[in-house]
Amino acid sequence: MDNNGGEETAHACAAKRAGWSGVSDLWSAVESAALLIFTLDSDLVEIVLRSLRVTLTAVTIAAVIGLPFGAALALLRFPGRRLILVALDTLMGLPPVTVGLLVYLMLSRSGPLGTLGLLYTTTAMIIAQCLLVAPIIAALTRQTIEDLWEEYRDELRSLGASTLGAAGTLLWEGRVTLMTAMLAGFGRASAEVGAVMIVGGNIDHVTRVMTTTIALETSKGNLALALGLGIILVCVSLLVAAGIHGFKATAHRWGA
Amino acid sequence: MMKPPSILPLRLDRVVLDIGGKRVIKDVSATLTAAPCSIVLGPNGAGKTLLLKLCHGLIAPTAGSVTWAGAPCGNVQHAQAMVFQQPVMLRRSVAANIAYALTVRGRPRAEQRARIDDVLARTGLRRFAESPARRLSVGEKQRLALARAWAIEPQVLFLDEPTASLDPAGTRQVEEIILAIHRGGTKVIMTTHDLQQARRLADEVMFLHRGRLYEQTPAAAFFTAPRTPEAQRFLEGTLFPNIRRVV
Ligand SMILES: Nc1ncnc2c1ncn2[C@@H]1O[C@H](COP(=O)(O)OP(=O)(O)OP(=O)(O)O)[C@@H](O)[C@H]1O
Ligand SMILES: [Mg+2]
Repeated sequence: MDNNGGEETAHACAAKRAGWSGVSDLWSAVESAALLIFTLDSDLVEIVLRSLRVTLTAVTIAAVIGLPFGAALALLRFPGRRLILVALDTLMGLPPVTVGLLVYLMLSRSGPLGTLGLLYTTTAMIIAQCLLVAPIIAALTRQTIEDLWEEYRDELRSLGASTLGAAGTLLWEGRVTLMTAMLAGFGRASAEVGAVMIVGGNIDHVTRVMTTTIALETSKGNLALALGLGIILVCVSLLVAAGIHGFKATAHRWGA
Repeated sequence: MMKPPSILPLRLDRVVLDIGGKRVIKDVSATLTAAPCSIVLGPNGAGKTLLLKLCHGLIAPTAGSVTWAGAPCGNVQHAQAMVFQQPVMLRRSVAANIAYALTVRGRPRAEQRARIDDVLARTGLRRFAESPARRLSVGEKQRLALARAWAIEPQVLFLDEPTASLDPAGTRQVEEIILAIHRGGTKVIMTTHDLQQARRLADEVMFLHRGRLYEQTPAAAFFTAPRTPEAQRFLEGTLFPNIRRVV
């Protein structure tokens, strides 16, 4: 299934894919995908590493923002708090493409942050993924800490912990749940395609990540690379799921 | 080392507490001095837990005042400790739970280890030092809560039904610990609805019923000749909470 490049229209691609059939073709795609993975094909490795770098950075920043923000929402009462909670739930349910569009509008040349020249860079993709993940982490942190506070409030206040101290203690007490939330956020971000496509532009050797490459290569008919990346993406999901379970099991053994 | 000034006596002046439009503590006035082991007695729902939390400063009265040697609650909480009916343990080891309390109270790390070993030994928990605290049995948790409170050497210790779900042996063990803490010079203010326990521990009894303090009497006098008919009926076991109001 080689692709002859050039100006193929989406229509032609679709027709080609419809024509693509047969077990032997599928098998050969799997074979070349496996070859790409096991020979550590440089294009494939580059894309995988970029994906991981973008998503890990985004999730780290989202956690640094989301954890304290969620804890503050749980422990403090201030005017406008309800409004923030509603906004948070809204952001959580937002389709990723709209987040992508929003970031695009902010970063585009005529946008408010246009002068920074960030559009079509990995930084733009990190911002978009961060916006996708931070609300999830903040909302789950808020819920977790609020439930814990209900249980711990009297005890912690009796011991003499300050509100700040209590926040730190409760974040640590909720570490299993919060770690799970962060891993889930990592899963969501690494599986997402719409937002990073819009703000990253899927530029070869610059902003191409696993999901956008799969979308592009599939539509071009280059199934080998798409499949190879797909397999890796599935492995990443698997690792995340296994990580969550392993973490819970370990924590449980220690009575957390 | 200089001994810090005593925060006692504790004075309650016409303390009232309303929760959700319901008056749960009604016009309670009392003075608690440093020496006696004070037992707050009363049936379920009398308001014992709320009274303890009011004294400890965890809730503010709707009206009236709670003062410690003339000072408001907030200023002296560091000299108090409380063991709750259901103590909450942190998700870490038994020793780390005590270390946490010591750290929050500003005790230097260097002297923590010895203090932890000491109270764990005194409460029979030494072999659990490194076990996860949440895995302890109910009785062991109760002893850990006592050890944690003991470690911070409070002037006043509040205990809310510390033996409510313990077997007779566990109850004895906890009572021994409480007596030891009291002998060490700590003022004990404790609730219970176990009359036998009150007889064993009390120097003075504060009898509470439906949010009202009916009497504050030296223990011997209370058990032989209570002043109020409500206390008399409580001792006879014929005082029931008002069912109609509960429904
Ligand atoms: N948070 C609350 N909201 C509403 N009512 C409450 C609350 N806490 C306590 N009450 C009510 O106040 C009354 C006294 O409660 P409290 O817990 O002090 O009783 P108690 O004497 O400790 O009872 P027990 O022996 O069962 O522990 C009860 O009628 C209870 O229903
Ligand atoms: Mg109670």
